[in-house]
Amino acid sequence: MAKDSRLILDPLTDNNPITIQVLGICSALAITAELEASIVMSISVLFVMGVGNVVISLMRNIIPSKIRIIAQLIVVATLVIIVDLVLKAFAYELSKTLSVFVGLIITNCIIMGRFEAFALGNGPWRSFLDGIGNALGYGIILVIVGFFRELLGSGTLLGIPVLGDPIEKTGLYAFGYENNGFMLLSPMALIVVGIIIWVQRTKNKALIED
Amino acid sequence: MEHVELFFKSIFIDNMVFATFLGMCSYLAVSKKVSTAVGLGAAVIFVLAITVPLNWLLDQYILQPGALSWLGAEYASYDLSFLSFIMFIATIATMVQLVEIVVEKFSPALYNSLGIFLPLIAVNCAILGGSLFMQSREIATLGLALNYGVASGIGWFLAILAIAAIREKIRYSAVPPALRGLGITFIITGLMAIGFMSFGGMLTGGDEGPKQEDATAVEVIEEDINEEDATTKSDLEIAQNTNK
Repeated sequence: MAKDSRLILDPLTDNNPITIQVLGICSALAITAELEASIVMSISVLFVMGVGNVVISLMRNIIPSKIRIIAQLIVVATLVIIVDLVLKAFAYELSKTLSVFVGLIITNCIIMGRFEAFALGNGPWRSFLDGIGNALGYGIILVIVGFFRELLGSGTLLGIPVLGDPIEKTGLYAFGYENNGFMLLSPMALIVVGIIIWVQRTKNKALIED
Repeated sequence: MEHVELFFKSIFIDNMVFATFLGMCSYLAVSKKVSTAVGLGAAVIFVLAITVPLNWLLDQYILQPGALSWLGAEYASYDLSFLSFIMFIATIATMVQLVEIVVEKFSPALYNSLGIFLPLIAVNCAILGGSLFMQSREIATLGLALNYGVASGIGWFLAILAIAAIREKIRYSAVPPALRGLGITFIITGLMAIGFMSFGGMLTGGDEGPKQEDATAVEVIEEDINEEDATTKSDLEIAQNTNK
């Protein structure tokens, strides 16, 4: 049981897919200007990874190894189409914001990476836990980045103003605080992730590369 | 003119790595040495140049709403666009495999330099992203799609070449231990992306050029500007009005 819980807990910190394994960076950076988009993206990846890992794990003995990449891509693509249609039906505005990045979950390296590294060699239950764990580790970084970019960039969280009104000069804005519009631009996502890596590796010296 | 515009726009303004973060995984993983970076970059240009036009044909004649009308009037109401993800990725995966086999057969020298990178490319988001952006930006002709594929590939190539060169040099610098490797690469890429943002005005500026073309350039770029970026947009509107 202790081993199973490690499958979920490890990817959250010391084996984080984004900051340590360097997988799935593209979507992590492109859609994090708002917290809401980050959360929806994390949930989509959670669904695709959880289900996908189980499916691949169940099929692992019948997929010939030469065509496994294509087989995996088809499984992921099917799941992503489901996610895309659900988003278009129930959250149309948001699916416009995420645009092609929902489709790019297919080539999100976390998913292929975990299929290759874990689901092809382990049973369905352990693969499910591994998928959930890695998706959560991915989500946690997305939410942190989205939180800071939305808070500092537009002074809101999930679209709700938390620092006061920038036009009426209430709350923090009364003291001359200004929104940093630069945080909304794409390069800042890279720099925020860089800082997260810096903090994480300062705390845990074992992760430092030479 | 349209071609030249799309070409430079895809390389610099909509650069895959710096503007849309496509293909970041392999960008970070394979940029430790310039020589391997060149190999992967060349393979990306090659595969994009094949898959984008191919997926354009698929999109135009099979997937789009009403695209099947060439089969007969009764098929005109079909809309298969929900299948585009699976069709695109299947095309890419098979094409990559096919290219690998063909290159191995006919040009062993090229295979030795590109071959090991080709399997990596099937799951590179830059390739699928190229096809998906081609679809969402509604590229009009096959020629433009080919142009878009090649130019995006060149943009990606430039980016990985630049970061590999920087990473080779930065080994001699005193980077804080916790930032070494991945951390500093992220921050450098961020700074490079800020630099590339300055290309954003490339196709809008300049009052000397023929007026009509300038106006179309403004329109093309305006579509891509983030809606929240209201200041830039109003600037563009002013530019557009002066052009008129």
